[in-house]
Amino acid sequence: MSSILRTEDLRVEYRSRDLKQTVNLALKGLNLNVSAGEVFGFLGPNGAGKTTTMNVLLGYVKPTEGTAHLFDVDVREPIARQRIGYLPELTYYYKFLTVEELLRFYASLFEIPKLEAESRIDRLLKLVELEHARRQPIRTYSKGMQQRAGLAQALINNPDLLLLDEPTSGLDPLGRMKVREIIRRLKEEGKTVFFSSHELGEVETICDRVAILHQGELKVEGRVDDLMARYHCNLEQVFLKVVEYQPQP
Amino acid sequence: MNKILAIAGVVIKELYRRKDFYVLFVLTALITLLLGSVNFFHDDRIARYLKEICLLLIWISALVIAITTTARQIPAERENRTIFPLLAKPVTRAQVITGKFLGCWLAVAVALAVFYLFFGVISGSREHAWPVLKYFQALWLQWTMLAVVIALVLFGSVIFTSPAENVTICFFAVLGILLLGGHLNTVALGQKEPARTMLYTLYFLIPHLEWFDVRDIIIYDWPRIPWLDCLLATLYAAVYVVVFLFAAWLVFRRKVLAT
Repeated sequence: MSSILRTEDLRVEYRSRDLKQTVNLALKGLNLNVSAGEVFGFLGPNGAGKTTTMNVLLGYVKPTEGTAHLFDVDVREPIARQRIGYLPELTYYYKFLTVEELLRFYASLFEIPKLEAESRIDRLLKLVELEHARRQPIRTYSKGMQQRAGLAQALINNPDLLLLDEPTSGLDPLGRMKVREIIRRLKEEGKTVFFSSHELGEVETICDRVAILHQGELKVEGRVDDLMARYHCNLEQVFLKVVEYQPQP
Repeated sequence: MNKILAIAGVVIKELYRRKDFYVLFVLTALITLLLGSVNFFHDDRIARYLKEICLLLIWISALVIAITTTARQIPAERENRTIFPLLAKPVTRAQVITGKFLGCWLAVAVALAVFYLFFGVISGSREHAWPVLKYFQALWLQWTMLAVVIALVLFGSVIFTSPAENVTICFFAVLGILLLGGHLNTVALGQKEPARTMLYTLYFLIPHLEWFDVRDIIIYDWPRIPWLDCLLATLYAAVYVVVFLFAAWLVFRRKVLAT
């Protein structure tokens, strides 16, 4: 299978703003390879480097060393983002726009022809069940509705790769179920999904492969079934073993 | 270009959905309407004076709208984190800067057009004269001047983290140039070295916004400015716009944006 997402010896350093300019190593030579059609879970405790990796993949942060490619295009090139959809952890959208206007705006950034964009907007609003609220400003939406609007914007360009940053965080059980259903449907359509999550049960049921990151280093990577067989436990326990969690006496 | 226009469209939508904008807009329109329509003692000097106040008000309102709208563009994108889904699309940071500039400039154009229309209709119906071309020159040059101001404020907004800080600094800088910029060379003559060279350098470096202020041709009914001069002034402003936008892009492209 062809590689859709690839990082090679990715290293990211943040320098503090004080006079000492202390160096904080966020990523220490990360090597990842995600193939077409996979649902890939990106796991790790807080501060492990998941968000930094996402930031590099989206071109927000430049790596100190190493490279990252999406569809064999360097992530620093804006064209690398032509075939991706990104759903941030929280809803960061223009609250004064309606969901329809928001989708139209993002469609124009992908240079989707107007007629095609309108038909996609209709289809997506139906998919995320926001047809009834399409002309309401986003600021009037509930959190679940905003997250669904986010999912719709991530899908506006019919992406081949979806980057989801904790897509179910803060959602009620129904909202989570809905997002999971959509991810499954996308998988059936042959889309590649790369997502970070703390919901290990969810990851276990949806993902084909996972990578566990700890303190900026890739600790484990493999198929979910293989990892559970290797460690003789479920994914949550695999995770706890990998991050060397010690319960307090 | 489509991407730049799309970003500009969002800026315009935001501005026209804000309540504070409407307060300033309606207030200026009302005062213009009132001052332009009254006729105290049929005295020409008073009428001229009122015209001057109206145009000054239009200048101040347009400046306030331009500076406050532009100053919050990039900081608000960062603060509300809308910059992240935006830059996750195939958009360059240069396109974001250009789109923001264009959006603010076009939004100000609509406000200016309405202000001048109000003023022109009221003033024209009282004086029974319609110097449309003079109004067009005044509007065009003011709009061109605002392009320089918007580009300057946009540059400030990628340097200063707080929009309030940017608004204050840019407002004083613009007022300083408008009020004192034209006299810097005269002041320089009376100075000793190295102050003289420094003041002269500053005089030639700053954009001379006061050159775009042609309100007097309306107030005193002076003849129109030659079109070539208008064109040269537009080119002069374009140079500063390019310089400020380029500087803004240079700073913005190096900004680390971490979620």
